[in-house]
Amino acid sequence: MKPVTRIHSRTAVLLDENIDTDRIIPARFLTTTERAGLGKFCFNDWRYRQDGSDNPDFPLNKPEAKGCSILVAGRNFGCGSSREHAPWALLDYSIQAVLCSEIADIFRGNALKNGLLAIVLDEAEHRWLLKNPGVELSIDVREQAIELPDGGRIRFQLEPFARHCLLNGVDQLGFLLQHNDAITHYEHQQEKAA
Amino acid sequence: MSARTLFEKIWDAHVVAPESADTPAVLYIDLHLVHEVTSPQAFSELRSRGLQLRRPDRTLATLDHSTPTLPAAPNGERPYANAEAKAQVAQLEANCREFGVQLYGWDSSDRGIVHVIGPELGATQPGMTIVCGDSHTSTHGAFGALAFGIGTTEVGHVMATQCLLQRKPKTFAIHVDGKLPRGVGAKDLILHIIGEIGVDGGTGYVLEYRGEAIEALSMEERMTVCNMSIEAGARAGLIAPDETTFAWLKGRPRAPQGAAWDATVQRWRGLRSDEGAKYDREVRFDASQIRPTVTYGTHPGMAIAMDKPVPAARNAVEQRALDYMQAKANQPMQGTAVDVVFIGSCTNSRLSDLREAANVMRGRNVAKGVRVLVVPGSEAVRRDAEKEGLHEVFLAAGAEWRIPGCSMCIAMNGDLAQPGQLVVSTSNRNFEGRQGKGARTVLASPATAAASAIAGAIADPREYLTEVAA
Repeated sequence: MKPVTRIHSRTAVLLDENIDTDRIIPARFLTTTERAGLGKFCFNDWRYRQDGSDNPDFPLNKPEAKGCSILVAGRNFGCGSSREHAPWALLDYSIQAVLCSEIADIFRGNALKNGLLAIVLDEAEHRWLLKNPGVELSIDVREQAIELPDGGRIRFQLEPFARHCLLNGVDQLGFLLQHNDAITHYEHQQEKAA
Repeated sequence: MSARTLFEKIWDAHVVAPESADTPAVLYIDLHLVHEVTSPQAFSELRSRGLQLRRPDRTLATLDHSTPTLPAAPNGERPYANAEAKAQVAQLEANCREFGVQLYGWDSSDRGIVHVIGPELGATQPGMTIVCGDSHTSTHGAFGALAFGIGTTEVGHVMATQCLLQRKPKTFAIHVDGKLPRGVGAKDLILHIIGEIGVDGGTGYVLEYRGEAIEALSMEERMTVCNMSIEAGARAGLIAPDETTFAWLKGRPRAPQGAAWDATVQRWRGLRSDEGAKYDREVRFDASQIRPTVTYGTHPGMAIAMDKPVPAARNAVEQRALDYMQAKANQPMQGTAVDVVFIGSCTNSRLSDLREAANVMRGRNVAKGVRVLVVPGSEAVRRDAEKEGLHEVFLAAGAEWRIPGCSMCIAMNGDLAQPGQLVVSTSNRNFEGRQGKGARTVLASPATAAASAIAGAIADPREYLTEVAA
């Protein structure tokens, strides 16, 4: 994973609550055996009209949302399935951060492991961001702070290990493999106990 | 040692390296279940790093999501939805050969939905940690296992190390007192619970279902309850193992046998929350007050007794959900016209679910214009159901009897509903487009689904059960 230290962008807003992984990427696109190239299916059934053209009512299709890589979404974003295709699709669609007052557990874990910043905010700050689409933000992962255009800062919590991995581009599998001896020891203990 | 919850006991027994402020715990995984959709990229990762699969003996694979539910043609060709689905299945077959994983594939008489066959084989056991790249892995919690869904990156972690990096979740006790009324089942119960605690009420928690009504449930019913824990946002939900659990597991192929069985059961008896153990959150329900329950919106938290009026939308998002469903505020869901009925999925495709549906449909006909798909959860369920003649009940009523798979629950194998169609479904998700673009899903129990198939409209199964008794 490439290090993620700072993301600077205007925000795009999806007001809907409970945006589930089927809406992020419908299941019929999960027959792939690759990680790449899922951006074109991101929000597929919301983003396109029947004839395949862009749905002008989809907020991320609006001209002012173009180029935005920070998504502010209604609470409980990413609920539903464990499909990692959801963060893969968002990243490939150029979304680099999701800000929300609550993010589903499995989605959040998957997102952070792929360098997609899934950040949980206080409700008041979340509400303000929902009401102010297009605001220019700078997310500082090291400081765990979001800088606002007026110089204000929103602090956020990030699980320390996830933060460490983001900042240093740590390969979590590599980290786990370093525990090989402890894992082998555990397995021996279990076999003895059985 | 202070009083611990069941979850804490399982967690503690699987810590390879404890968590600290800086790092999560390294948690050992006893059983890894694999299917074709969420595994190919993980196998590729192993291959690109030159890694082996650490414990093939703790890994079990099956084909379920992308698989057609219509039989193969005489030349052996299977009716896949598309070439990609076919290639995905072939990829899992090749990956299992390369990495030495036992695959319950097309040629296996035990193939089926991953969360149906794990328990059937006795691979799912009390006290285990179980993961799968599938959020409904929570199903296995019915046996008092800590079981949860993971993403594909973590699938790779488990393949390579048999471990995961995990922060300890909080605990949430759901007490259900009293007895479920006749004709009201586990699906009604869990829909009611999610309707009350909300679609995100369990986020950050492991649920433990407890109390008289939970203890009275059969294993199949417990699986239905635990299966939907994720629909309340909880990655895992569990129930303490008891005599019902042990009796169900005894003699299954992967369960301990002989003297080892007795010793193991003795150990399993300790797997219950200690008196005085503290939970981070607790709620209490009265089972006797629960009625046949269905969903009316576009997530499983929008659930209500079918005879109760649908609540008015409190905001634009809820209004949008009602509009999508063409549901009307202040009117009950009961009586809503139905186009399709789906009986299947890891929530409700076991033998007892099929019996429940067949009891309603026996000697009756599916309403004109309604399409009914009955998809058993596994080859074993299919065999047992056919031995009892359940398939004949369904076929005689005018339903389709398919071969096992996830089918219309996730609608990625070609089994899907058309835009605008209303599906009464025994599955677990009523998200927009889940069962086909524009399709409207109403989640329900097998009995309700069957009654609705007969009536051609959402119907109370108790009316049909009474007639049978009379």
